[in-house]
Amino acid sequence: MAATVEQGKGIGVAALRKEDRKFLTGRGRYVDDLKLPGMLHMAIVRSQFPHAAITGIETSAAMAMPGVTAVLTGDDLEFAAGVPCASNPTGQMVHPTRPPLAKGRVRHVGEPIAVVIAADRYTARDAADAVEVGYAELPAVLGVEAALADGAPRVHEELDSNVGLVLAHRTDGVDEAFARADVVCEATIRNQRLIHVPIETRGVVADWNPASDELVVTSSTQVPHFLRTFLAIVCGVSEAKVRAIAPDVGGGFGAKLNAYAEEFIAAAASRKVGAPVKWIEERSEAMLATCHGRAQIAHMSLAATKDGKVLGMRAHYVQDYGSYLQMLTPLISQLTFLMSPGAYAIPEVDVKVTNVYTNTVPTDALRGAGRPEATHAIERSMDMLAGELGMSRTEIRRRNFPSEFPFTSAIGLQYDSGDYGKTLDRLLELSDDRETFARRREEAAARGKLLGRGLSTWVEVCGFVPSDVARNALGLTPGGWESSTVRMHPTGKATVITGTSPHGQGHATSWSQIVETELGVPFDDVEVIHGDTAFAPYGLGTYGSRSLAVGGTAVHLAATKVRDKARLVAAQMLEASPDDLDFSGGVFAVKGSPDKRTTIQEVAFRAWQAFGMPEGVTPGLDETVFFDPPNCVFPFGAHGCEVEVDRDTGKVEITSYIAVDDCGNVVNPMIVDGQVHGGVVHGIGQALYEEAEYDSGGQLVTGTLVDYLIPSAADVPHIETHRTVTPSPTNPLGVKGIGEAGTIASTPAVVSAVCDAVGARDLDMPLQPMKVWDAIQKGGAR
Amino acid sequence: MIPREFAYERPESVADAAGLLRSHGDGARVLAGGHSLLPMMKLRLAAPETLVDIGGISSLRGITDAGSYFEIGALTRHADLAGSDLLGLACPVLASAAAGIGDPQVRNRGTIGGSLAQADPHGDLPAVLVALDGEVTAEGPDGTRTIPARDLFRGFLTTSLAADEILTAVRVPKAPHSTYVKFNRRAQDWAIAGVAAVVDGDSARIALTGVGAAPVRAEAAERAFWGGNAAEAAARAADGLDPPSDAAGSADYRRHLARVLTLRALEEAIGG
Ligand SMILES: Cc1cc2nc3c(=O)[nH]c(=O)nc-3n(C[C@H](O)[C@H](O)[C@H](O)COP(=O)(O)OP(=O)(O)OC[C@H]3O[C@@H](n4cnc5c(N)ncnc54)[C@H](O)[C@@H]3O)c2cc1C
Repeated sequence: MAATVEQGKGIGVAALRKEDRKFLTGRGRYVDDLKLPGMLHMAIVRSQFPHAAITGIETSAAMAMPGVTAVLTGDDLEFAAGVPCASNPTGQMVHPTRPPLAKGRVRHVGEPIAVVIAADRYTARDAADAVEVGYAELPAVLGVEAALADGAPRVHEELDSNVGLVLAHRTDGVDEAFARADVVCEATIRNQRLIHVPIETRGVVADWNPASDELVVTSSTQVPHFLRTFLAIVCGVSEAKVRAIAPDVGGGFGAKLNAYAEEFIAAAASRKVGAPVKWIEERSEAMLATCHGRAQIAHMSLAATKDGKVLGMRAHYVQDYGSYLQMLTPLISQLTFLMSPGAYAIPEVDVKVTNVYTNTVPTDALRGAGRPEATHAIERSMDMLAGELGMSRTEIRRRNFPSEFPFTSAIGLQYDSGDYGKTLDRLLELSDDRETFARRREEAAARGKLLGRGLSTWVEVCGFVPSDVARNALGLTPGGWESSTVRMHPTGKATVITGTSPHGQGHATSWSQIVETELGVPFDDVEVIHGDTAFAPYGLGTYGSRSLAVGGTAVHLAATKVRDKARLVAAQMLEASPDDLDFSGGVFAVKGSPDKRTTIQEVAFRAWQAFGMPEGVTPGLDETVFFDPPNCVFPFGAHGCEVEVDRDTGKVEITSYIAVDDCGNVVNPMIVDGQVHGGVVHGIGQALYEEAEYDSGGQLVTGTLVDYLIPSAADVPHIETHRTVTPSPTNPLGVKGIGEAGTIASTPAVVSAVCDAVGARDLDMPLQPMKVWDAIQKGGAR
Repeated sequence: MIPREFAYERPESVADAAGLLRSHGDGARVLAGGHSLLPMMKLRLAAPETLVDIGGISSLRGITDAGSYFEIGALTRHADLAGSDLLGLACPVLASAAAGIGDPQVRNRGTIGGSLAQADPHGDLPAVLVALDGEVTAEGPDGTRTIPARDLFRGFLTTSLAADEILTAVRVPKAPHSTYVKFNRRAQDWAIAGVAAVVDGDSARIALTGVGAAPVRAEAAERAFWGGNAAEAAARAADGLDPPSDAAGSADYRRHLARVLTLRALEEAIGG
């Protein structure tokens, strides 16, 4: 009987996530669930000082402890290369070398100095505490101001200064635009340092088989293939002998878009001791030693006419790199640079990014990665400009939206498609009108509450990235394509092998929906494999809201290729010409004689038998596609929120939140909503709660979740999600990314609302109660 | 997040527990709900050699209505206090404070005895006990004694319990006009400041959380309350306070909060 797909779960259906049963019933399999015979455990001795020379490492007490196999320092483990950085925006940038285990010098609190390998994690930890490190403290630079000061101590002696890289772009007419302007609005806007806090910390099991010289590394990573390549380079082994596996991964947010010292150390240690080595990061270790994000200051100035047309923008960003370059550290502020004008057609720009080393943990991608920084700076600036012009915050935005797409910004990016006015209109329709809001504001004041509302109109660049852009515009080592295999089995089921590497996004579901739509193979008959370099064609992984636009497209194209081949086989089976076949719902039928039909499953069986295949058609239905996108994609939207601020305490409560987003065509509306929810909450975290802080001695003072506040369900409002659909011309699915959108949009919207409530021009995040209360005291709030 | 090695004992009576504490000496610690002690051990801020888990002593759990007061076993969980209709009506300050502690996991494990013995300056229950003028029973190898709230809290994480004494029960008077108002940065957080207010006709007892090394009686505010004037009392709530300054709140902000929260607490207590 033909399997038809009437009540299907193809593209556009809010299918429940097929991976969730496993996660919700505790049957996911994470790194720490892996237990190998003879496996040993690693604990890491980390620097206590932000900058020091190591004068000695006394390991004998630790070695003497029962159960300890080895104590290894930078002198014991040989590496062929340092911790890699795959980004060099100018091609001229010097990458300071960083051995995975410190050699003689440490540059941030938490830098690995030695490791203990022991029979269990408790022994390993106790022994790590027993390792005595001698330090000669060196002057440290903490914060970008200190790093840029005259005579500042240098983080890296091999560099001339603490400035790692300067990027600049200036259009010819910018001075003239500022001269001509009626107003110039200036502001300094800070994106504080943040910590990712995925629910699963980092973890790795490295198994170097001394007999075969094969290395298998299972790691909680977003990028297993990159990891394999870098393991080969850093550990100096044949890449063909390295297998990297990302099992189920409990969140990443960019923290696991990296190849970390600890992954290389575990591999080298496994080789050294001849046994598998497991390292599971502790939570406080994760706060201290996994890369951080944001840490950027923007000095903005906008030149505008009195009717609100922005003529020019000067933006000077200062990015804190931390002490070393992680995999994509330089890319992050480069993305800020590229998206500096945000959703506005600003004709003249003068943009500069100064990137600075400090004695803190390296910064790298954190959900949004450079684009939240850009968006926050421009959105706050637009609010302030509106205030200076006495214009509404919506009107000033509307007057500066690009009118035509594709739109090329003054930076040179081509925004693929958009209709920014439409999402803003929709937001306004969904929000109270001015009078109603004013009345509610008075009612709230009678209760001691200051009501405010705010918005952001955001756009981002994502779906990374055309490989030539990766090379020419970004200076990345790898390109930006993605791969997928679609394989039909003899019994009519399908397997998708994807180069993307989900860690919460629901790829198994979305990819199955794409296959159902293209091939008519029912959703439940599709399995998705990912994360194992032994099985998958090379893939670049999951980050930068790229998976659907690039990896999903690869799935679509591979499925299309399977269908095209199946058509040839079906034609042979039906004794018709391929062009004479209709295909729908998994059924090939001869045009005009619909009872002459065969299903995709029957075709798969025949292709496996390979009996009587058409001339020149090879056996099997198994196609692999590598897709290199012609452009990035540019999702956009308008978010609005309302807050109530307690006048007497300064505490902020978000009372309503409306997100209107446009990510082109939608494969699974429920997953898109979920991504928006999570993203919005993440952005609220930055706006109201989160900040990683070092004290004047370079110690991280927000090293636990008691001090580093992330929002919980009880802190966040109901989030309304709405959409407009402007398909992307960049890929055949017409899709754009949505994983980072909420984060990019919500932070400025919330700050906008709080400033509105308390009558402040701008406030530095996070807007914790004392800060808001101070603003109320200073500001003569309504 | 990995504690040092420790030995583990699970006695079945208070007497056995006290005996174990004495025989193990300084290296032993009582384990109740574990929600202060275990985090400290995981961070290696505490490293007891032996844990004496009193969780198996079932007689230590429960709320008894003894007429004019309640007798509450030391192992009674925060969730039990928060969910008790008896307390909700006749001692809302205790029920409301317990309801605002941490998150459901914390409330399902943490105990009243553990909270009081921990004497965390940001913990909510010490101030409640002080405002209620309650008392605790302590049992050690040498016998049983009663410690009034004012003598229990000695400073930062310090009580007058001896190392081999076990807090077995808490006694608090009924106080139908009472409440606890907590202020934190985020749901489930520890208090930046909190106010326990117990109103009895014309008089009030007010104790503050988070503004000193131990709970602080707001005596000036109590005097100013005479006759039931909440606003006048609140205005004096920060008199003489010397609160700490930290990332969550400066000393000034905490003084301000003491006044604001005292007003809210008194109004609610009077209304209640
Ligand atoms: C995430 C989190 C959030 C929290 N938030 C709050 C909050 O908002 N407000 C708040 O008040 N608390 C909060 N707590 C602390 C919580 O209330 C603890 O449960 C409480 O402080 C200690 O009680 P326990 O039963 O867990 O004691 P334990 O942790 O077992 O013991 C604490 C200390 O008291 C001693 N001890 C325990 N019981 C006795 C006894 N019967 N006799 C003698 N000594 C004893 C122990 O030896 C130890 O020194 C939080 C805890 C966590 C983990």
